[in-house]
Amino acid sequence: MAKESVLALRGISKRFGAVQALTDVDLEVVAGEVIALVGDNGAGKSTLVKTIAGVHPIDEGSIEWEGRPVSITRPHDAQELGIATVYQDLALCDNLDVVANLFLGNEARHASVLDEIAMEKRAMELLDTLSIRIPSVRIPVASLSGGQRQVVAIARALIGDPKVVILDEPTAALGVEQTAQVLDLVERLRERGLAVILISHNMADVQAVADRVAVLRLGRNNGVFDVATTSHEEVIAAITGASDNAVTRRQARTEKEAAQ
Amino acid sequence: MSDTVDKERGTEDTKAGSGSAPADGADGGAGNGAADRAVDPRLLVREQGFAGYLTEFRRKVRGGELGSLPVILGLIIIAVIFQSLNENFLSAGSVSDIGVYIAGTGIMATGIVFVLLLGEIDLSVGSVAGVGAAVWAVLSVTHGLNDWLAVLIAIVAGLCIGGLHGFFFAKVGVPAFVVTLAGFLGWSGLQIWLMGQEGSINTPDGSVVEDLTGYYFEDIAAAYGLALVGVLAYAGALLVDARRRRAAKLPSRPVSEIVVRTVAMAVVAFVAAYVLNQSRGLPLALVLFLAVLVIADFGVRRTTYGRQIFAVGGNAEAARRAGINVEWVRISVFGIAGMLAAFGGLFIASLSGGATKSLGAGNTLMNVIAAAVIGGTSLFGGRGKIWSALLGILVIQSIQQGLNLLGMASEIQYMITGAVLLAAVVIDSVSRRTQKTAGRT
Ligand SMILES: Nc1ncnc2c1ncn2[C@@H]1O[C@H](COP(=O)(O)OP(=O)(O)OP(=O)(O)O)[C@@H](O)[C@H]1O
Ligand SMILES: [Mg+2]
Repeated sequence: MAKESVLALRGISKRFGAVQALTDVDLEVVAGEVIALVGDNGAGKSTLVKTIAGVHPIDEGSIEWEGRPVSITRPHDAQELGIATVYQDLALCDNLDVVANLFLGNEARHASVLDEIAMEKRAMELLDTLSIRIPSVRIPVASLSGGQRQVVAIARALIGDPKVVILDEPTAALGVEQTAQVLDLVERLRERGLAVILISHNMADVQAVADRVAVLRLGRNNGVFDVATTSHEEVIAAITGASDNAVTRRQARTEKEAAQ
Repeated sequence: MSDTVDKERGTEDTKAGSGSAPADGADGGAGNGAADRAVDPRLLVREQGFAGYLTEFRRKVRGGELGSLPVILGLIIIAVIFQSLNENFLSAGSVSDIGVYIAGTGIMATGIVFVLLLGEIDLSVGSVAGVGAAVWAVLSVTHGLNDWLAVLIAIVAGLCIGGLHGFFFAKVGVPAFVVTLAGFLGWSGLQIWLMGQEGSINTPDGSVVEDLTGYYFEDIAAAYGLALVGVLAYAGALLVDARRRRAAKLPSRPVSEIVVRTVAMAVVAFVAAYVLNQSRGLPLALVLFLAVLVIADFGVRRTTYGRQIFAVGGNAEAARRAGINVEWVRISVFGIAGMLAAFGGLFIASLSGGATKSLGAGNTLMNVIAAAVIGGTSLFGGRGKIWSALLGILVIQSIQQGLNLLGMASEIQYMITGAVLLAAVVIDSVSRRTQKTAGRT
């Protein structure tokens, strides 16, 4: 690939007790590109994302950031590198208000005194760009609807200046308009030169915004496809494993073509 | 919670009264900047001005957001009942005594509020208070160490003990309940061992610890001056905040609210100052307690560290994923609780004339925890205010004072204090349930 990768995973394995959640997974994330990560339920997508985010340290394999090997053992490490993550389970503090959640771990402050006004202002602007109506940015997130919570979680990832944004099923709970907004947002992030990892079960969304699709199946890589040149059916076949052979054949073919 | 009359910009929704979000200054009345923003038509828009205030207030109460209302009502009822039974209850001397007696346990309760905000409990504070007093007495009186240094070492000992509890809880993963229960036994053992054969060490005349509860600023200017400074600082903070928010085009408190708050604060402060001046003047103990409260409140509401405490108490995993060092927050909070326990223990030693083998034993622990809970801090973590330590300990101390004046035996006091604690927890649970049905958690 011509463009250099910001983040590269090589041979990642992760075990949870008796469950081998990830086996020897590779992934390249390129700046200015949206890579979709798809796979059936339990394929290991969220686990992969959590290893990148430092929630679960990897058992084996290596992570490279802008070409040099790094170790990500805790969420703080990932943040330092510039990885922002929206988790599938949102990870919000119900007792804190919207502003506090948005800026958690990244507060605007003078010395260590919080600058509530700067944060509130920024929060309003951010939520406006996502065109979400929240009764007040000062209510605890516990009293928000599921979709509103999801937008707060997404907005959280845009605070600070990330280089890689990971969205784990960001549109699962969203309405038609908000979904479109999030897809717009993903495109805007790409235009700004950020790398985006998008996990989604919605093939239409993937087709709409992603440049490449990486398929995980039972915790293993099952092919990386170019969205422009791959049909819906091929991706779905890779996800379900119905035509493993076709995928491998295809990969072999493209690799051969590339080599020529 | 003193924010029962909090207002929110043009909405029905307000910060959950019983102190969820630590952010202050967030709520505003008439939405200046909100006018041009898309507003959900289903939201009930608050009427402008003072009438809107009362509507909003009634709505909150019905929604189960009682804030400090029950405690303040409780204090008034306590005052009325005891005053009608014994006219000395509200006498200057009696009120002044309450002001001194609340300091030690109140400071310990402040530490407990920190721990409760984390969603944990510290059962060892009574024993740690005993160890603090014993360390000071042995070093200063028996070994003749410099008094100030001995006080400092006692407080640092409390900090280390609390930090040790936090270590076992955060790093080793032992439930805080068990760690501090072990501490409760172990540290009272250390206390008895330190006190040795004597069993008690009297506070020498003129020592620092004697002054803790024995010193009064007799000049009437002291009490009035402190009241004035407090009120001006409070009003100033509100005004500056409102101006900055208006400048940033954010909803801000209306002037009417600032005036009401300032007047309420001024009435309380100056009446208290007047009554204290009728007796022996402004007690040093009360000044120190208020200082602890102000510092702790600032730390909890206005700093990143305080925000981290609320986050860990609300959802530790989310806090961890946000890059917060959860273990450090836990260890340090237990350290603070231990430090304030030891500091409070010195006040108790000062009141009772010295350190003893049994200082901090008995119902000290229960009173301290009860104070934090009665004041409105949730037992379930992430919700509460530092000032609940003051309100709660006032309730408990007032009851004790009143029953003492009536000459009631301590067993009756235990039963009544127990009933008040139960009432407070019932109010907390019921209001939480009402909040749930009203769309809050
Ligand atoms: N914390 C954990 N402890 C034990 N096993 C886990 C844990 N997290 C994930 N797993 C296991 O790892 C496997 C992959 O889970 P993961 O959450 O990554 O799937 P996913 O691809 O995100 O699925 P979905 O599309 O449903 O979100 C599953 O078999 C799951 O049971
Ligand atoms: Mg998942």
